[in-house]
Amino acid sequence: MDFEDTPEQAQFRADVVAWLDANARRRTDNLLRGMEGEQAFLEAKDWYARKAAAGFACLTWPREYGGAGLTPLHDVIWAQEVAKYETRDAQFVIGIGNCGPAIMHFAEEAAKLELLPRMASAEDVWCQLFSEPSAGSDVAGLRTRAERKGDDWILNGQKIWTSGAQHSDYGVVLTRTDPTVSKYRGLTMFMIDMRQSGVEVRPIKQMDGGQHFNEVFFNDAVVPDNYRLGEVGGGWTGALTVLMSERLAISGVQPTGFPQFLDLVKSLELNGEPIANDPIVRERLATWYSQYAGLQAANKRMLTAVAKGGVAGAEASLGKLVGAVMNQEIANFACQLFGQAGIIQEDELSPEQAHFQKTVLFSPGVRLAGGTDEVMRNILAEQVLGLPQEPRADKGMAFQDIPNGKG
Amino acid sequence: MNFEFSEDQLFIRDQARNFLGQESTAAVVRSILDNPEPYHQPLWQKIVDLGWTAMAIPEAYGGLGLGYLELCVVAEELGRSLAPVPFSSSVYLATEAIKAWGNEQQKQRYLPRLAAGELIGTLASSEGQGALEVNATVEEGVLQGVKLPVPDGDVADFAVVIARDPNGDAGLYLVNLEGPGVQRRVLASMDPSRSQAQLTFAQAPVERLGESEDGCHALAELLDKAAVLFAFEQIGGSQAAMDMGIAYTRERYAFGRPVASFQAIKHKFADMFVALELARANAYYGAWALSCDAPDLPLAAATARVSATDAYYQITRENIQAHGGMGFTWEFDCHLYYRRAQLLSVAIGSQPQWKDAVASRLLDAA
Repeated sequence: MDFEDTPEQAQFRADVVAWLDANARRRTDNLLRGMEGEQAFLEAKDWYARKAAAGFACLTWPREYGGAGLTPLHDVIWAQEVAKYETRDAQFVIGIGNCGPAIMHFAEEAAKLELLPRMASAEDVWCQLFSEPSAGSDVAGLRTRAERKGDDWILNGQKIWTSGAQHSDYGVVLTRTDPTVSKYRGLTMFMIDMRQSGVEVRPIKQMDGGQHFNEVFFNDAVVPDNYRLGEVGGGWTGALTVLMSERLAISGVQPTGFPQFLDLVKSLELNGEPIANDPIVRERLATWYSQYAGLQAANKRMLTAVAKGGVAGAEASLGKLVGAVMNQEIANFACQLFGQAGIIQEDELSPEQAHFQKTVLFSPGVRLAGGTDEVMRNILAEQVLGLPQEPRADKGMAFQDIPNGKG
Repeated sequence: MNFEFSEDQLFIRDQARNFLGQESTAAVVRSILDNPEPYHQPLWQKIVDLGWTAMAIPEAYGGLGLGYLELCVVAEELGRSLAPVPFSSSVYLATEAIKAWGNEQQKQRYLPRLAAGELIGTLASSEGQGALEVNATVEEGVLQGVKLPVPDGDVADFAVVIARDPNGDAGLYLVNLEGPGVQRRVLASMDPSRSQAQLTFAQAPVERLGESEDGCHALAELLDKAAVLFAFEQIGGSQAAMDMGIAYTRERYAFGRPVASFQAIKHKFADMFVALELARANAYYGAWALSCDAPDLPLAAATARVSATDAYYQITRENIQAHGGMGFTWEFDCHLYYRRAQLLSVAIGSQPQWKDAVASRLLDAA
């Protein structure tokens, strides 16, 4: 057991730090707040372009696809160092983290050489189009149709909860190509050019007032067959690759709310007394810290396994399940500490620029996105602990015969 | 970065698991639970023969000179098998106290015999309910006071005791429990597979443990190290209890399907798994901090302890629930883990005390 770098890793870390020092501002506090929307998007595009030019984009990807051809441990070193700077380093995690691995695995070589380097440098931005209004946790129940027409596929249907679709040049989309077979066997995955008239993106106004997600409508959208990912009818295998990559990609960046809570406990006085002296606050602090520290150490264990050539398994669901709930609980507890003022949500009046109030309203979405808490528990129970699956009412049925509650 | 035990350490763990799987069976645990014997002597002797009591003692004092990481993997297996032996008292507490603060003469006198299993030691700190208070006194080389509960206090040959001198300063002392002025009474406890005693000292001769300056500070350091080792016992027991529940609910059918296929049960086990993985990860970090005496050992140890205590309670509690009525019987082993979880949750200090330690250390850290 050790946390030492090898000489080669130490050199890489030094290179990373030198480059970051020259290209980014050191973070002065734990809070990454500030600009959202268009401004953040443009800043992120610029950041990715610069790190790609310097050879720090997609460290584990092969060089011919725009990566650096390095190991997961180099990724870890990068993540450890970049976290100390004010950057938008995780802005395009959906494309690079989720779509990238599936494209590398399933796309034709020519498409990989054309598209991946532009994804790595964020010249092209990507989104992931899986969920539908009637296919959430049961994502294989999706209805968007893709029908073959010559060398093309014609898409019709609706996707929902698509992060970043309004900024995306391309997407990875899961469609139904055969409703007469079981729901898992009738799916096909494609890459799609989002900049076409058959694709319409509409923002969703969330319960917290933000607009992070979108609805995407396909009206005779066209996809050439050489943008198909995997076999016709083999889309579910590809989707699992994407979903597993997604859990891994977010396990490292999942907010827990703990660093902000620790800052609050260290700094806040109420009624002339530091809240750090309050036994209830101390109890919560210790409980959440033990979970937070556990997640960090669990991540180190997972990375050790990956570095030794293993694969990150369903254990990656752990970070999302624990972090998302903690984030919500911490925010709610903090607002309770503020007394009647807990309801006020003004950047000037509420501690940490109303971070906790905003989190109370945003955090329910985190427990739903990328697999609900309940889906995560099923994954852990079935794939890690080996418990039997729930009997399914749609087992063995053709997709078109599955009851959908709509008569 | 390598956040895993070495091949050699994993080999020791596998050997320990095989050995205890055969030698520390439920029948062996129950032979102590159901009878007045304080611990399982044949198992203890075999453990001594395997060299586990000598593991972390330097070779110069008759030990094997291995490190804490080796001790951690053995602790996990002792916890998994609910081994009814005085290992934690003698090894994590008494031996470590003498290693840390004994003078040369004390080390030579005690450590080889602890390594060889000729002596069993323990720590006598608690004097009753609540957080630790030290009222026992030492004046002119004799000890007055009452300590309870003292783990393995009925069988230990000697104890490390915390007591105050006439100036009111706390210090650590060595007391021969076979000597004069010592009265032992066995205490009934929630986990009879391990023994507890009340020790009454009336003019019992003691000697100062080395040059241990501030006794409370020394005790805290000792308990931090022990917290990591206890955490490994707790995660070992947690894993065993969870495995037991999974095996049972997979085999038992209700409403025409395995009980384990119901989401209400699956989610229960998923939550148990989450608690255990967090506890295991914290224990690993604690092991690393212990092995290299890292500056953040106090925080890492308290964190490992808090997390392991939470996990063991949750898992043993819900394991009974998943078993249904059979889980409430004496016949099923669910209660053995539940009892041990209770014991380990208060041994070396209860959860509120350790949580407050986490808070203090975290807030002091920077």
